[in-house]
Amino acid sequence: MKEPNAMSFHVKYKPEDFMPANEEEKQSQVIMRESVGFWQDGFRRLRKNKVAMVSLFVIIVIMIFSFIVPSFYPYDYKTQIKGSENLHPMQYSEKEIERMDAGEKVFPHVLGTDKMGRDYAIRVMMGSRISLLVGLIATAIIFVIGSLIGSISAFFGGWVDLIIMRIVDIIYTIPDFLLIVLLSFALKDPLAKLAQLPGFGWMQIVGSNLISIFIVFALLYWVGMARMVRSQILTLKENDYVMAAKALGAKDGRIIKKHLLTNCIGTLIVTTTLQIPSSIFTESYLSFLGMGVAVPLPSLGSLASDAINGMITFPYLLFAPCLLISLIILSFNLFGDGLRDAFDPKLKN
Amino acid sequence: MDNNYLVDIQHERLSFFTPAGEVKALNDVSIHLKEGEVLGIVGESGSGKSVTAYSLMGLTAYPGKLIGGELHFNGHEVEKMTEKDFSKMRGKEVSIIFQDPLTSLNPVYTIGNQIMEVIRLHTDADKKKAYARAVELLSLVGINEPEKRMKQYPHELSGGMRQRVMIAIALACEPKLLIADEPTTALDVTIQAQILELMMELKDKLGMAIIMITHDLGIVASMCDRIAVMYAGRIVETGTCDEIFYHPKHEYTKGLLESIPRLDSTKHEKLIPIEGNPVDLLNPPEGCAFAPRCKNCMKICLRENPPKTDFSKTHYAYCFMNQKAEMEGGNTNE
Amino acid sequence: MLKYIAKRIGLALITIFTVATLTFFLMNMVPGGPFLSEKAVRTAAQAALEAKYGLDKPLSQQYLTYMKDALHGDFGESLKQRGRTVTSIIVSKFPVSARVGGLSVIVALLVGIPLGCLAATHRGKTLDSVISVISTCGIAVPSFVICTLLLYFLGSKVKILPTYGIGTWKHYVMPVIALALYPTAYIMRLMRSSMLDVLGQDYMRTATAKGVKPFFRLFKHALRNALLPVITYVGPMMAYTMTGSFVVEKIFTIPGLGNEFVSSIINRDYTMIMGTTIFLATLMVVMNVLVDIVYKIVDPRIKLK
Repeated sequence: MKEPNAMSFHVKYKPEDFMPANEEEKQSQVIMRESVGFWQDGFRRLRKNKVAMVSLFVIIVIMIFSFIVPSFYPYDYKTQIKGSENLHPMQYSEKEIERMDAGEKVFPHVLGTDKMGRDYAIRVMMGSRISLLVGLIATAIIFVIGSLIGSISAFFGGWVDLIIMRIVDIIYTIPDFLLIVLLSFALKDPLAKLAQLPGFGWMQIVGSNLISIFIVFALLYWVGMARMVRSQILTLKENDYVMAAKALGAKDGRIIKKHLLTNCIGTLIVTTTLQIPSSIFTESYLSFLGMGVAVPLPSLGSLASDAINGMITFPYLLFAPCLLISLIILSFNLFGDGLRDAFDPKLKN
Repeated sequence: MDNNYLVDIQHERLSFFTPAGEVKALNDVSIHLKEGEVLGIVGESGSGKSVTAYSLMGLTAYPGKLIGGELHFNGHEVEKMTEKDFSKMRGKEVSIIFQDPLTSLNPVYTIGNQIMEVIRLHTDADKKKAYARAVELLSLVGINEPEKRMKQYPHELSGGMRQRVMIAIALACEPKLLIADEPTTALDVTIQAQILELMMELKDKLGMAIIMITHDLGIVASMCDRIAVMYAGRIVETGTCDEIFYHPKHEYTKGLLESIPRLDSTKHEKLIPIEGNPVDLLNPPEGCAFAPRCKNCMKICLRENPPKTDFSKTHYAYCFMNQKAEMEGGNTNE
Repeated sequence: MLKYIAKRIGLALITIFTVATLTFFLMNMVPGGPFLSEKAVRTAAQAALEAKYGLDKPLSQQYLTYMKDALHGDFGESLKQRGRTVTSIIVSKFPVSARVGGLSVIVALLVGIPLGCLAATHRGKTLDSVISVISTCGIAVPSFVICTLLLYFLGSKVKILPTYGIGTWKHYVMPVIALALYPTAYIMRLMRSSMLDVLGQDYMRTATAKGVKPFFRLFKHALRNALLPVITYVGPMMAYTMTGSFVVEKIFTIPGLGNEFVSSIINRDYTMIMGTTIFLATLMVVMNVLVDIVYKIVDPRIKLK
């Protein structure tokens, strides 16, 4: 670096350059990154995450097809159309061709029909409706029970904690299939009786099998959530800022609301979201084994199970539910991962 | 280029390429160091002290990249070195002691294993010789019952002990240069003094140079020959200990000195903190980075980067106050 | 250490005992029974059978008798497979499941751990993305989907692999792939995130600063620390996988324990249910104790209490 001489100094700098700068001018130099709240920051990052946004889009599309489209779809999931058995995709039965020749418009069987003459596209849509419903409702139940028991366990500690954790251990150890089968057998009759009572008519529509699946989920799968919540709270309780809040005289309620809840809410949301695909997973697997929803209600698992025997001749009957269930689980998983990246403060860089 | 220097960094530029954008961590940093010399680098967190030292060893963390400048160390052209070259040099010619001894040792291996590893990597000592050397090193850094310690795991030792182990690892191959990255920050005050004393003792014994990274001016004053003050990825002032402490020329250095308590003052002097926050290196301001926090900020400071002003062979600073003084007095400082 | 193991075994016995008791009463509470047909009338033959197996006695007495026998290692005779003891059925069926499951565990470890490490060391690069896509898909595909797809393409379309039973090595290929897919994908993810975590630790920086070469940094310094979460997962996973997946055994018609267990539940073969449940619970508990011990060996910081 060359040393500038005195002359060049006077050319380069003018006396007014050395006037003191005022506060305003100084502050204009400070480009503060806008301060954003936890939620704002999270949503901004979530929106930027392409994979998560695509997954969300896929989930929404699948939801539209399973909840909205069936209500104005020209076919019904349980109506057996005589003469239209085992149609290939986009194929028409002889009767339908006659009707079309007569100038009538016949909606095509996009995915063909099954061996009982039911339109397969609507069955797949209904199947994914059931799978999604089970996933969402079961997760809601798991969330409520799991977080409640987990926080009780963490807060009270001592023998309460000891007993709850023993129960968790035992539920983990008993094979879940055994419990599911036994419970659904045990619940069948009481639920059927309950459905006869006035005010419980809705249960017949939903089906006692579906309800017993929910109960089974509620009884069995809260353990994972409870463990997570418990360990979260135990870790958070040890944090210095909780100690600091206590030292400043904050009441328990405030500590729970302000410090514990805000700090584990991200993890809670993420775990809950990731519980949805795992519930769907379990339901489809139970239905596949014939332990899930009852006929004629289809679920993606039971559709796949029914299609195995005819898979050489009618492979699309197998592929449609298989691919759909995989897509649903994949989308929820990817979306959950996106949520975790966006909301888990521990991963914040 | 003066080839007498052990370390000679010229115009180093280094950036971290984060998803949010390029963070210019080092902007035109130049430092040099002779053999056996102790250089202190002071500055607040994020000013680039550690990044400068790490880049000399090729330890720049993940999204960081050297984008300009020349780094010479002990005959190596560091900017051109590959991972393989670095492996040979690290631990042998240059070693480092990190800030947190609690997390700097691998929890699943014994102390002995970790000291012997570095010895066996860089010398052709067999297991027996390496063991003997490791025991010798442990007693050198003042650990009693070294043979027993060899078999222990890091979590069984106290913080001060672990830092001594780190020093033993660093000194195992008698490096030419020791980088100490805030080596005492995580320790108790009484232990701090012991560790610093140990380092100086070993420096005299082994004749190595030290780069001391710290934000504690007290440590710098007691240990260092020369001091470099860093702010926002730049060296804002360099000089000998006396020059920096008694004739600070940069407003930031002055601010730093005013913010430390002094035992020798007779009056009840008030400590003067430096107001404001460090700059955001993602969007560095035009002009002097310290300007928004500077008491004597001038209009030009907000527009241009201040030029280098030399005060002696060893002392220079980048601050427009010196240009102002020149204009008013019409004379240069020398 | 010995004291710890003794304590763990004690706790394990309590857990197994509780599980057995719960199963026993739950099983008997559920309407229906092993010898009930659809007809509501009890036949003399049914009554005779119930008397033979002691099912006509009060539940508490049945329970005491069962537990007493079980303590002596006698798990009774199967109610449905006449003349065979529960122990002999488990002994004949478990090895089949264990072979398929054991192979799957080995595949999962051998594929999952290296790929997870690779993804972590190539963080942000193409290889990392490819591995992440594979593992995300592997986690999303239910086992019945992968089974049926394998069956369709490899078994029925190309016909290079047998579709049912267990015999030659060819019989193992599809079940092992189907069974290993999920744990492989899971281990990959677990390994990647835990490896990334470890690579960011201060002691890894120390290792670099000591001049340890990248290969040894990964294998000596990082791997041992990064394996800890994987060990925690692998224990229960092994117990699950080795006892046989119901779905995989059903689809590929493998005569394993999983299949046996499901049919015993559906048939209400009480003694079979009890025996298998106790066996599975024991295996699970043993695996957990093993995990704790391996954990202690890998990480000296862990104190076994």
